[in-house]
Amino acid sequence: MGSGSSVNANYKYSLQKSENAFKAAVLIQRWYRRYVARLEMRRRCTWRIFQSIEYACEQDQIKLHNFFSYLMDNFTPSSSKERDFISRMFISGESFKEAELEKYCDYESLEVPDSYTGPRLSFPLLPDHATALLEAFKQKQQLHARYVLNLLHETRKHLKQLPNISHVSTCYSEEVTVCGDLHGQLDDLFLIFYKNGLPSPSKSYVFNGDFVDRGKQSLEILIILFTFLLIYPKEVHLNRGNHEDHMVNLRYGFTKEVMQKYKLHGKKILKMIQNVFCWLPLATMIDQKVLVIHGGVSDTTDLDMLEKIQRNKFISVLRGKKRKESNRNVEVKEINGESQAEPDSAGNETMSSLPSQPRPAQAPSMTNRVEFSRWVRQTVQEQIEWCRKLVDISDSEEEELTCSSLVSLTDLDGPCWTRQEEWKQILDILWSDPMPQEGCRENTVRGGGCYFGPDVTGNILEKYNLQFLIRSHECKQEGYEFCHNRKVLTIFSASNYYEIGSNRGAYVKLGPDLVPHFVQYQANKTAHTLTMTQRISRVEESAFRALREKLFAHTSALISAFKLYDKDNTGKITLSNWATAVESVLRLGLPWRMLRPQLVRSTADGMLEYKSWLDDLAMEQRSQEHIQSSLLEVIYRNRSNLETIFRIIDRDHSGLISFEEFHQTWKLFSSHMNIELTDDGINDLVRSIDFNKDGNIDFNEFLEAFRLVKQSQ
Amino acid sequence: MMGRAGICKDGVIAEIEKKITEAFEVFDRDGNENVDVREIGSIVRSLGCFPTEAELHELLAKVEEEEPTGYVHLEKFLPVMTKILLDRSYRPIPEDVLLHAFEALDEKKSGYITKEELVKHMTEEGVDTPSSSNPVAFMSAYRLEHFPGEPFTEEEMEEMLSSALDPETNAVHYRDYISMMIVDETDDLPQ
Repeated sequence: MGSGSSVNANYKYSLQKSENAFKAAVLIQRWYRRYVARLEMRRRCTWRIFQSIEYACEQDQIKLHNFFSYLMDNFTPSSSKERDFISRMFISGESFKEAELEKYCDYESLEVPDSYTGPRLSFPLLPDHATALLEAFKQKQQLHARYVLNLLHETRKHLKQLPNISHVSTCYSEEVTVCGDLHGQLDDLFLIFYKNGLPSPSKSYVFNGDFVDRGKQSLEILIILFTFLLIYPKEVHLNRGNHEDHMVNLRYGFTKEVMQKYKLHGKKILKMIQNVFCWLPLATMIDQKVLVIHGGVSDTTDLDMLEKIQRNKFISVLRGKKRKESNRNVEVKEINGESQAEPDSAGNETMSSLPSQPRPAQAPSMTNRVEFSRWVRQTVQEQIEWCRKLVDISDSEEEELTCSSLVSLTDLDGPCWTRQEEWKQILDILWSDPMPQEGCRENTVRGGGCYFGPDVTGNILEKYNLQFLIRSHECKQEGYEFCHNRKVLTIFSASNYYEIGSNRGAYVKLGPDLVPHFVQYQANKTAHTLTMTQRISRVEESAFRALREKLFAHTSALISAFKLYDKDNTGKITLSNWATAVESVLRLGLPWRMLRPQLVRSTADGMLEYKSWLDDLAMEQRSQEHIQSSLLEVIYRNRSNLETIFRIIDRDHSGLISFEEFHQTWKLFSSHMNIELTDDGINDLVRSIDFNKDGNIDFNEFLEAFRLVKQSQ
Repeated sequence: MMGRAGICKDGVIAEIEKKITEAFEVFDRDGNENVDVREIGSIVRSLGCFPTEAELHELLAKVEEEEPTGYVHLEKFLPVMTKILLDRSYRPIPEDVLLHAFEALDEKKSGYITKEELVKHMTEEGVDTPSSSNPVAFMSAYRLEHFPGEPFTEEEMEEMLSSALDPETNAVHYRDYISMMIVDETDDLPQ
């Protein structure tokens, strides 16, 4: 064939080559797309893990109230000492009348030494003070307690003049910027100011609550926000969030932060902040068309009532719920981590029911009059305190609760009823979440507020002639999210909330046309240098660490559940049954089959040897081997509540409680949880940390000892 | 017939269905058993399948509504996906096949592909190639068939480069890249 055929052969060869190359490319693309999809699945699963654990944690609040209710309703103190101890838990601190507050939180007597190099504030505040503060905080300096207290006093004075619902108009300053949860993440606030500019007469801001807790610089954020509030009162607006609440702060870190930073004056600062929080406005209205609230709305939300409430009466918005006697066993078992069929949350408990009254302790004999009258007074006092605790109202200047008015209070109707309605209005505004389905039902996950559907939103918008709602309260991957057909906007400003790389933060700007413009950001340089894979892996690791801890904390219950599928006692179960069993115990609603590859490393013939799997989880807690495992589990499951209880007992916020108090707490707690705990058992607990602080226990140290050790990289 | 783990065939199907439902729910935003049609690819792939874009389109045709709503309902998806998993369609690409593929793009067999070359191959819109590589057929019936490519979007290309490209050499050293990327693809379907 000669040269012709070799040309053809070359041509054929090169065509073949390009065909191969093309096919190779398609194959690589096929493979790569599968890789990306798997990554996306992992990302979403990680997000689910974090969210379900976060909301499960909020259920701790319910468990805590159950514990307190248990103490009130069922526990019979075996000694007056025990009764005293219990009653101390319910007195969350003295309530101050106005004049007393000023005196207690006095700042003028505080001397600022010459050696102090931080910013010095004078009132009225000027823009220079704000820039000085920003600069100081960037340099990690601390504001002197005197100025902190002074600032808080002035803030309180200012807030008292404000109505419950602030009004903003876009005709004064062209744009309004709305920011969501910050949660102590100062870097995010700096980023927002950097990208958007500082508050000024031409730059209005609305900060929609949750300034504190979780992040480590909550106090700095408050100081900055309050400073700008005082400098630009027309342009800066703050809404109260559910974390602007001292009961929540006990659990989520703000109280701890203040006490660590201000060892001498922290208690005063906290007291002032408590009083400032309750004076924060509840909502902001933009151009009468856009309602900005922290949580959401309910089908009973009434803006007219909200405007008229005395908002400062509600220092803490948290409360326990009435439990029907028949449900109690169910709850105790649930707390113990055993699986239970859940009672239908939609029907049973109504938000308007109240916890049952304290049963007075045994009355002393009538023969000793002095004793008896003291007992009566004490019992009555307890009753009064209990009612106060219901809504945690401050000492009212007008009302004097006397023995005679006690009758109407014990009726638990009448005066308390109106308080009830008011309380519900605030609770709903601060705690509710939107849901896709129509209707309005109790938010059992958070233990407060409700889930509201698009119909509820529609009704509110129509009733008050609004265009849409802006709220925060829920972390969103992109920093913001619309729902209810773009009628509800969630804006969340704390980036990397769960972990570095977990989510962006965002803020929204509205002009006179009220069309939202978003700016997103992520406040951590390292997040940008990581590839998508690395970012997702890192967040994933963090999520799974938390999940493994949860699994460990339910070891006993898991073994029982696994045994149900292993009647022949082979020690093995199928992976399918593993998934079902784990969900029945943990009840986190997670896609366990998707998560399995990361949780179960090895199988024997496709079956899981569950005992050794659980042992591996326990391996991470090797240092605590001397403590009985069931107790260990209790600690893990209830660490957040234990911390809160310790903090309540620690009334002077020193971080220390006496050995006696520690002992008492455990005795009560174990009684409530129905677990055996001997004195030796408690001593073992104490030994788990090296304490020698004059017979006191540093409970922070104690609790730190019960965190799963970080997996090495 | 009992399998080695003591599961009968019904059990296998039930387990597959649970797994599909779980994966589906991860992408189900509103909890109403519907997902955006654009997420179906991710769901199918995260269940261990490696379909091409063309194969995915075929699948979509089977699961979409008569009047396309932009959503796919679990009801329709479940049986189709179950069959795919049972039939083991779109099975994984073994590591060595992947390596050969990269080598096919590496003309000089140098162990790396330059950024420009990779971009060219990955964003190729299609190619004309002989419908048969049989030399006799080729000589007698010189026909070309156009194969549509499955080009990367700009985003996909950027993302792949961000992890694959060695910034110092501006090239992809594919052996390293592959070993970094290969995930433990344990086949967790019951036998």
